Amino acid sequence: MTLTPKTQQKPKVAVYKFSSCDGCQLSLLNLEDELLDLAAAVDISYFLEATRTVKPGPYDVGIVEGSITTPHEAERIKEVRQQCKFLIALGTCATAGGIQALRNFASAGEYAKTVYAHPEYLEYLETSTSIPENVPVDLVIWGCPVNKNMALEAIAALLQNRRPRFPPSPVCLECKRNGTICVVVSQGIPCLGPVVHGGCGALCPASGRGCYGCFGPSSVANFNALVQGMQPRDRYPNETATLLRSFSSAAPAFKTAAELAYKLGANPASAHGGKETL
Amino acid sequence: MMNEKNLTIGSTVALPKAELDHLLADLRSNGYQTVGPRLQDECIVYKEIESLQDLPRGLLSEQKPASYRLIQTGQDRYFDFIPAGQSWKQFLFPPRQHLFSAQKNSSEVHAEGHTAGRNTKWQIKADDAPTPRYALVGVRACELAAIAVQDRVFMRSDFTDPIYRARREGLFILAVNCLHPNATCFCVSMGTGPRHKAGFDLCLTEMDDLFLVEAGSELGLSLLARRTYELPSAFVQTAANRATELAAGKMGRSLDTSDLPGVLTGHLDAERWNQVAKRCLSCANCTQVCPTCFCWEAFDKTDVLGNKTSRERVWDSCFNPNFSYVFGGNTRPNIRSRYRQWLTHKLGAWKGQFDVLGCVGCGRCITWCPVGIDLTEEVAAIRQEVKA
Repeated sequence: MTLTPKTQQKPKVAVYKFSSCDGCQLSLLNLEDELLDLAAAVDISYFLEATRTVKPGPYDVGIVEGSITTPHEAERIKEVRQQCKFLIALGTCATAGGIQALRNFASAGEYAKTVYAHPEYLEYLETSTSIPENVPVDLVIWGCPVNKNMALEAIAALLQNRRPRFPPSPVCLECKRNGTICVVVSQGIPCLGPVVHGGCGALCPASGRGCYGCFGPSSVANFNALVQGMQPRDRYPNETATLLRSFSSAAPAFKTAAELAYKLGANPASAHGGKETL
Repeated sequence: MMNEKNLTIGSTVALPKAELDHLLADLRSNGYQTVGPRLQDECIVYKEIESLQDLPRGLLSEQKPASYRLIQTGQDRYFDFIPAGQSWKQFLFPPRQHLFSAQKNSSEVHAEGHTAGRNTKWQIKADDAPTPRYALVGVRACELAAIAVQDRVFMRSDFTDPIYRARREGLFILAVNCLHPNATCFCVSMGTGPRHKAGFDLCLTEMDDLFLVEAGSELGLSLLARRTYELPSAFVQTAANRATELAAGKMGRSLDTSDLPGVLTGHLDAERWNQVAKRCLSCANCTQVCPTCFCWEAFDKTDVLGNKTSRERVWDSCFNPNFSYVFGGNTRPNIRSRYRQWLTHKLGAWKGQFDVLGCVGCGRCITWCPVGIDLTEEVAAIRQEVKA
C-alpha cells in the first residue's frame, strides 16, 4: 500500500494500547528529533498517550501496542482492525504476546489468586495472545521495547511506498559491527543472539549479558543447534531455558526451544513439558 | 649506539623495551593514529593506544573451539597472546562507513511537499571525513597475510575501493613474530606464519628483556635510526630464531591444502554438508571475525519527509539470509547451502577469483563460532568421505 496522498491531505495515524507497559508508545514519543517531521508528514489522529484530542476514524495507519488478555480486548481489536487500512503490531506484546504470555505456560487463575485479594472481579483470558493471532496484521515490529528508529522507518517506508528496511540478520552481526566481544566465547555466558532478530543494536551483550531474545526469532534461526550449544554453558539450572522463556516465550520457535532446553537440563519441570507451577 | 649509516632494510637491532614507547610517540607526532592490543571485556582487542602503558602485559590467550580465555603468565611481556578477538580489517574496511548524504533542493521541497516530482534536484554531499592514518602495532604474520589477501580484493587493477585504498596507502605496520601459537592456529599449513617474511615496516621479536627489531622499509628504518639500540648478540639472535622455529611446531591444528579447491568444489553433494548444517547457527560470526571476509551491504537511510537521505556501508555476510536474495527468491535458502558457499568460496572459488586461498590459518572462525564448528575438521571429514 502507498500512503502518498493524491491531495494535500496527510495520512491519518492512530496509536492504540492493549495489555502492555506503554514502553513502545513511549519509544514513539522518544523520537524527539524526528517528532516535528513526523507531525508534518502524518496526521496523528488518535494517540491517547500523547494527546486527549481524538479525531474520528477511519484511519490510514493503525499502530497497536500490547497483547490480547481480556474478552473486552478480543472484541476491541476487531473494531480497531475495521477502523484501519494498514495495521502495524508494535512491540513484542503485540507480535508474540509479551512477558504476560508466561501465563500461557501456567494457570492464569492461580496467578490472579496470588496477586489480587478479590480475583472474582477480574475478567481475563487464560492466555495472552499476539495481535496477528487475533486479526490480520500488515506489518510486525518486534522489540521490548521497539527500537524507535524501526518504528520511524516503518512510517517513512509507508509514506515513500517502499518496503521498510528490517534486516533479518541476527543480533551477532550487530555485536560484531559494534566491536562488542562475544560473551558466549570469552565469558561463557549463554546468549540467544545467534537466533534472534537484530534491530536492537545488540544492547545486552554490550553490557556483558546474554541476549534474551526480546526481538523475536530471526527468519532462519537454527534453534536446535543453539540450545545444544548454550545449554551446556548454563551457570545455574535452566539458564538457557529461562532466557527462552521470557519476553518472546510464546513465539512458536521459542516455545519449542525452551522445551528442549528444559529437557536437556533434566529439570523436574521438563517432565511436565517445561510448565512452571506456582 | 650503532652507527646509523650501517642500518639497511633487513637489518636487525636489539631495542630496549622502553624505546618502543618513544617509537610510538614518534609515529604519533608524525600524524599516525597508533592502534594496538588492549584489554576489553576479558579479551584482547585492537584499539587506539597512546603509549606502551596502554598495552596489556603478561597475558596468554587460551583458545579452543567456541572458547577464549586470558591467562596470567606472571611475566610482564607484551605480545605473548595470539590472534586477538578482532582482526585489523576494521581499520581498512570499517564495519560502518558513511558514503554520502543527499538533500532535496529546498525551493522544490516547498513547491511539492513530500511528494518527489520528476524535476526534483538533489544535492549530493560526499563523505568528507579525513582518512585516518593508522600505525598498526602488533600485526602477526597470519594477519599481515590477511591484509595482503584483502589488498587483492579491494585494490584490483580493474576495480579499486577508494576507502580501502586511502587507508591502506597511509598504513604503517609494526609486525610481531608469534611465539605462542594456540590450539586453533594453523598458519603453518597455510604458509603464512608464524614468522614474518616481508610486507612490514618494522618487525619485533619479543625477548624477556628486549625487542629484536628488523627494519622492513625506508620509513621503518628512519624511525628506528632515531632510537637508542645495539647490535644484537649472536646469542640473542640464536635464541630468537629458536623461539620462532619452536612456535612453528606448536600449531594446534593443521589443514591439508592438497587438491583444494577440487576436494570441496567437486563434492557439493557430500553428506558432511548436511551434518554441519545441523550444527551451524548461520549467525555470521565466522565471517565477521575472519580477517579476509569482505562482503558488505549499502543502504539508504531516508527521513520521514523524504527530503534527506544518507547512504551507509556496513559489513554483511553470506550467512545473512538476505545476502543471496534476488528477485523471485533466495538462491541459498538454507543453512547447508550457506555454509557450503562460505567454505567453497574461502578454500575454493577464492583461488580462481584472487589467485590465493581466502584462509590464512588464524583460527578465529573456530574460536569465535558459538558452537565451535572447525573448518579444518570439516575439510578433513569431506576428504575422508570422498576417499571412502
